[in-house]
Amino acid sequence: MAEYNETEFLICIASRLMADKTTAFIGTGIPMLAASLAKKMHAPNLVPAFEFGGVGASLQKLPLGVGDSRTFHKAVLAAGICDMMETSARGFIEYGFLGGAQIDMFGNLNTTVIGAKYWPPKVRLPGSGGANEVASFCWKTIAIMRQHDKRRFVKKLDFLTTPGYLTGPGSREAAGLPPNTGPYRVVSNLGLMGFDEKTKQMTLLATHPGIKVEQVLENTEFEMLVADNVTENKPPTTEELRILREQVDPDKLYI
Amino acid sequence: MKVLESGVAELFAKPDPYEFREWVHKNKSQAMTDKLMTEQEAVAKFVADGDSLGTELYGTVRAPISLTREIIRQGKKHLRVAGQGITEIDFLLAADLVDTLDITYVAWEVYGISSILRRAVESGRVKTADWSNGAMAWRFKAAAMGVPFIPVSSMLGTDTFKYSAAKMVECPFTGQKVCLLPALFLDIGLIHVHRADKYGNCQIDGISGFAHELSRASKKLIVSAEKIIDTDEIKKYPEHTIIPYYLVDAVVHAPFGSHPGEMCYLYWRDEEHLKTFLEESKDPIKTKAYLDKYVYGVKNQDEYIKLIGMDRLKKLQSMIGGR
Repeated sequence: MAEYNETEFLICIASRLMADKTTAFIGTGIPMLAASLAKKMHAPNLVPAFEFGGVGASLQKLPLGVGDSRTFHKAVLAAGICDMMETSARGFIEYGFLGGAQIDMFGNLNTTVIGAKYWPPKVRLPGSGGANEVASFCWKTIAIMRQHDKRRFVKKLDFLTTPGYLTGPGSREAAGLPPNTGPYRVVSNLGLMGFDEKTKQMTLLATHPGIKVEQVLENTEFEMLVADNVTENKPPTTEELRILREQVDPDKLYI
Repeated sequence: MKVLESGVAELFAKPDPYEFREWVHKNKSQAMTDKLMTEQEAVAKFVADGDSLGTELYGTVRAPISLTREIIRQGKKHLRVAGQGITEIDFLLAADLVDTLDITYVAWEVYGISSILRRAVESGRVKTADWSNGAMAWRFKAAAMGVPFIPVSSMLGTDTFKYSAAKMVECPFTGQKVCLLPALFLDIGLIHVHRADKYGNCQIDGISGFAHELSRASKKLIVSAEKIIDTDEIKKYPEHTIIPYYLVDAVVHAPFGSHPGEMCYLYWRDEEHLKTFLEESKDPIKTKAYLDKYVYGVKNQDEYIKLIGMDRLKKLQSMIGGR
C-alpha cells in the first residue's frame, strides 16, 4: 500500500464526495484541491463555481485564490460575485465545500474570532468571506476540517460565522434560511461524519484506516453520535496519490 | 414592516441615496473630459482624510495596489475601509490609516491569516463590523440601485448578522424573515482595470468581481489601467465597457498596477514577493521596513517597476495562463 499523509487522505475523501455532472461551490484551500482531483479522477464533468464569478473552470492548474485566473480558465462563465451568490440563492448550486476553524454538533462554523469577546477579540480570524452564502444557499454543505481535536470540534463556537443546523431541527427554516438545505458531510483527519436525519446532530459514519471510533469521540468536545455500522474509509489509491502529487499540487503548497 | 432583530454594529457610512444623488449632480461632470492624470494628482485631488473607501477586486487579483501605495505615501488617514483582500488592506492597516473596517474576509487564502489584521483589530485600534462577501457586494448593489437597503436571505441565524449593522424583518409579501442590508455608498472607490480611455471608459477581462457594483456605489472613483486606449477602440466593443466615463473622476495609467497580485491574461501573481511580505508582516518592525522599501521608498509606479525589475515582471507575464 502506498504511503500518504493526513492532508493527502483528507483531500481524497473530500474529492470522492464530489459527484460528476453536478455543480459545486468551491471555497478556498482544500476544497480547491479536492475539486481538481475529482475532475481528473471520477468527475470530469463536475462544474466548479467560485464566488468571484468563475463557473466550470478546467482546474488544470490549482487556483491559489477564489478569484484568480485559474478559477475561470476554460470556463463557461466569467461573471461577478453578485451573480454567483444569487445563482446559489436561486437553488442552482448543489454542493458547497468549506473549511473552518471551529465546528459544533450542528455543523455551524466559526471563521471570525477566537475568544469570548467580539471586539477587540483575543484572536481575529479572516471573517466569513463567501462561506455564509455558500452554507445558507447550497443544497448540501460539506465542511473540511484539517485537524480533528477538542479545540476545533467544540460544544459552543466562539462565534457563529456560517450556518449549519443552527440550534437543531427546524431552526434554519425558523431563521428564514431556505428549506431543505444544510450541512451534509464533515471530513476530518480522523473520519467522515454526516448528520442525523431527526436530530440534525453530527454523526460518525466512517473512520480512516487505523483510527478507532473511540479516538474520534475522545477528540470531539461535543457528544458525537455514532452510526449503527461505522465503516472504514478506503485509503487513497495509487492513482489518486499520483494525480494529486503530480498534477494537482506539484508545487506542494498543501500536501 | 416589523424589525424583528438588529445587528449591533455601528453603520460606518450612512445609507442615503438622495444625498448621493445631490452630491454627484453637483460635483460630477456629465461631459466627456480628459481625466488622465498621475497617481499623485488623482489621490491628492480625490481622496480625503476620513473618507469611506473601497477597493476592487481583492488583494492578489486585479487589485488597485499602485493607487493604495500612493494613498499611503500621501498619508490619507482616518479612513473607513470596506471590503476584502489582503495586500491593499494589509498595507493600509500597517500604515495605520484605518479607523473602521467593514470586514468580509482579510487573509492570505492558501497561506492563512493576516498578522497585520490581527495586530490592528486585537489591539482595539481598528473597529470592525462583520459581513459576508455576498452581503458586502449586495450593499454596493443597493447603492448602485439608488435605494437605501436590499433584502437578502443570507446572514440569517448567525453571529455574522448579529455583529453587522443589518436588520431582520418580516417580509411584507410572504411573511418570511429576510435580512435587510444597508446600502454602502462610498466616498471613494479604487478599481484597477485592463483598459481605459482618457475619459474613464473602462473594460475588464475575465471575471468582473464587483466592479460593476462598486463603481456605481462610489461618489468619487479613481481607476488605474494597465493600458490607455483610444475611445474608438472602446466604441468598437461597447458591450465590454463595465465602467462608463461619467462614473469616473480620474484615470491613471498603471502598468503592473496589481503587482504583487495578478492580472488575468497579462501577468501572474508574484509568489516570491507575496511570501516575503507574508513573512515580514508577522513582525511590526519588518512590516515597516517593507513599507519603507516598497511604498515610501518609491515616488510612483514607474519607480516601483524599476525597483521590482522588468526581468522579474516579464517572467510573471510569461507565467500567466492564456485563454
